[in-house]
Amino acid sequence: MDTIRFELNTRPVSWEGQASARLLDTLRRDFSCLSVKCGCGEGECGACAVLVDGRLINSCCVAMGAVDGKAILTLEGFRETPQFAALNRAFADFSAVQCGFCTPGMVLAAHALLTARPDPSEAEIREGLSGNLCRCTGYNAIVNAVKAAAKEGLW
Amino acid sequence: MNTISRSVVKKDHEPKIRGESVFVNDYTAAGDARPILTGKLLHASVARAKVLSVELPELPEGYCYVDARDVPGSNHVLMITWNDLPVFCDETVEYIGEAIGMVVGPDDQEVSRILGEIKVNYEPLDPVLDLREATEAVRERDFGYGDPEKAFAEADSVIEEEFETGYQEHAYLEPQGFMAEPEEDGKMFVHGSCQCAYSVQDAVVSVLGCKYRDVHVLQDVTGGGFGGKEAFPSLLASQVAVAAQKMKAPVRCVYDRKEDLAYSFKRHPSLCRYKMALKDGKVTAVDCDIRLNAGAYCTLSGLVLDRAAATAAGVYSFPNLHVHAAALKTNTVPNDAYRGFGGPQVIFAMERLMDHAAKTLGADEVAFRRQYLVKQGDRTVTEGRHHFPVPLPEMIDMLDAACGYWEKHAAYAKPQNGRFRRGIGMALARHGDGLTGTTERDLGFSIRLRKHPDGRVEVLAANAEIGQGTRTTFPKIVAHELGIPLEKVSYQHPDTGRVENSGPTSASRSLMIVGELLRRAAIRLREQWADGEEQEVRESYTEPDFVISFDLDKFRGDAFPTDSWSACAVEAEVDSFTGNTEILSAVGVFDVGTPVDENIVIGQMEGGFLQGLGYASMEQMAYDGTGRIRNNSFSDYLIPTAADVPKLKTLLHVEEYPDGPYGAKGAGEMPLVGAAAAYAAAVEQALGTDKHRLNRLPITVEDVMKELYREEESDGHDSI
Repeated sequence: MDTIRFELNTRPVSWEGQASARLLDTLRRDFSCLSVKCGCGEGECGACAVLVDGRLINSCCVAMGAVDGKAILTLEGFRETPQFAALNRAFADFSAVQCGFCTPGMVLAAHALLTARPDPSEAEIREGLSGNLCRCTGYNAIVNAVKAAAKEGLW
Repeated sequence: MNTISRSVVKKDHEPKIRGESVFVNDYTAAGDARPILTGKLLHASVARAKVLSVELPELPEGYCYVDARDVPGSNHVLMITWNDLPVFCDETVEYIGEAIGMVVGPDDQEVSRILGEIKVNYEPLDPVLDLREATEAVRERDFGYGDPEKAFAEADSVIEEEFETGYQEHAYLEPQGFMAEPEEDGKMFVHGSCQCAYSVQDAVVSVLGCKYRDVHVLQDVTGGGFGGKEAFPSLLASQVAVAAQKMKAPVRCVYDRKEDLAYSFKRHPSLCRYKMALKDGKVTAVDCDIRLNAGAYCTLSGLVLDRAAATAAGVYSFPNLHVHAAALKTNTVPNDAYRGFGGPQVIFAMERLMDHAAKTLGADEVAFRRQYLVKQGDRTVTEGRHHFPVPLPEMIDMLDAACGYWEKHAAYAKPQNGRFRRGIGMALARHGDGLTGTTERDLGFSIRLRKHPDGRVEVLAANAEIGQGTRTTFPKIVAHELGIPLEKVSYQHPDTGRVENSGPTSASRSLMIVGELLRRAAIRLREQWADGEEQEVRESYTEPDFVISFDLDKFRGDAFPTDSWSACAVEAEVDSFTGNTEILSAVGVFDVGTPVDENIVIGQMEGGFLQGLGYASMEQMAYDGTGRIRNNSFSDYLIPTAADVPKLKTLLHVEEYPDGPYGAKGAGEMPLVGAAAAYAAAVEQALGTDKHRLNRLPITVEDVMKELYREEESDGHDSI
């Protein structure tokens, strides 16, 4: 058993288990962060994306040992912020949520993108979201929503 | 714009964007509830063999192996009328991935360990892997009109080409998953990711050998379907129900992505041979030979074949026609429903043939098409009627206005010798709306509206919200007719224990057919509305009077009451050094009738169109010489990302259908159907119009390089 200490959604936590356990499974099973979805288990789809020290990371490819001392943000934490509220409004206005499975990862990807580039071009938005697969929308609604959210000037 | 078209915030928006929606894998056993057991399938590793024995390791307490011997009822999964697919294999396995059994237990890693230690002894049998060598038809159709033989005999020339299309995997982001829970009153509660809760109930009842009242099925929040969760969940639900019955405990099986990509049902690969007779510069007859690879079991291949056959001539009317279509058994993963349902394959063949016939005659591809477009009143290929206006000529003009088609087409027709070469292509397509033939009428689907004393109204129907918006559009229709706020009308995920069977979520039928039932019911409820009372109104489907009843055996009559239409154009740039192709722009004009929420319909158009472009350009899946799917991960099976087609635009042309709510028609499938043919035409033009024939999907880098080499060879240069 290993003890891993990290910050989850702004609160310090301590976790005991195998350092080789996947962050994805741990977040879902031991911390009830069920917004984190497993879409492929190999870092290709982005459904399990979370922020680790502000960087967008696919949690299926991260071992618990690697998050010791880090700050992790999942949608459970992010949805309490004004930036989430802005993205929520914009996604609603463009009906950018269809089946909803990619949505938590997509919203975090949008936040990571806007944090890095508060006023992105369309090409930058598309590039920034290209690690998150969506099979429903064709992406236009999502791209438009991110563009609209950026205009609120919260990043 | 019709006021119903005005977009609203979708009813499922808030829980989904907050990540609070509960998908099947999100159920947890809280407190002292019974733990949820994990089930994992033992999949066959050979394409065709007799299973001699299954050697199990010693199973720890609480773990169990489940197979066909544990099935209390029929070991075959009922899918509409077909039931050849076993729950767990019979004496033989017929494809790699077929379920032999399931290991069940509390810890998923332990279940995986046990699974890895099982040894299966096979006696190999010869598999049929090549569609060209397949002879066993699970369904066959042969029909036509006029005298095509005579027309071919008298033709000045005959064009004959072969078209091949590959697999397409639905790639819904949420993998397949189902769960079964024995309830205290002896009932089995089955729930998971699916499109057709009632079909799952049919299957589970037959497999458990129990009564309908003993099983109820809930459609959980479903992370995408596209047809992939139409029939397949009936199999997975049956497997977990058998396991739950045996364990007397909740059992859940969620596929991992590798399993899902390799073993879930897919779009039928196809091989079409189309022939066209030309006389005096006119088309006098077309002969369509359509072969679909059904895979190892029929599943819904019979229905997919019927739709392919009824769509064989695309959007055209020819004086003489012959269609032969067969779905053939091979020892590969079963193929089944996928958005378009047999349409994309035959539209690809027909549209490519029209392009090549025009080239042969030295005619403009679109002008040539215009001569043969079906019109209102024309017969359909099954000798029914196109009862309503066909807006394709206007849609072609809209398309040109949106993308400058003619100008670009003329510019790219000039010789291009640089590294980057451009082309633009157009394709026209139709999609028959609703279930084929008389199915809607024969199965008598219905809905109910329940008004509560406080004035809230609930829709009781079985159609699944799978991202396409039924949880919003259904209440919108009802609220609109009742003149009450949308918040007062709700539509929950269907549980067969409490809702009417309004039929499957398929065939682009939910909004057009079921939405119309809701509209009519809402009008009746409005007329009899009594404040403070609980009231119910039920409405059943009746076939519109104009329909020429379809005779399934003769394959004659109206296969569909009406059609949706599309005209789309793709502009592509080929890098002649690398063979890579970039889609510069893609524009689609779609007639899906009145949009019952503009954002939702545009979302369907954009999503479907991009899926069609993926099918055309990058989604390659194939099996090796042993019948094993080689692309079982998202790093091997690529689907479009946000960066792949930055300039994708969709426009609506509205041709109102009188029997759809406010004029709505089928929308979900139409945008996918024609995309591949337009892409192929664009790449072909970029390569140089006269020499090349891109008749195979997807069009890969290798295909493009081959064409480029061929060009150099025919130019007399050394090949590289």
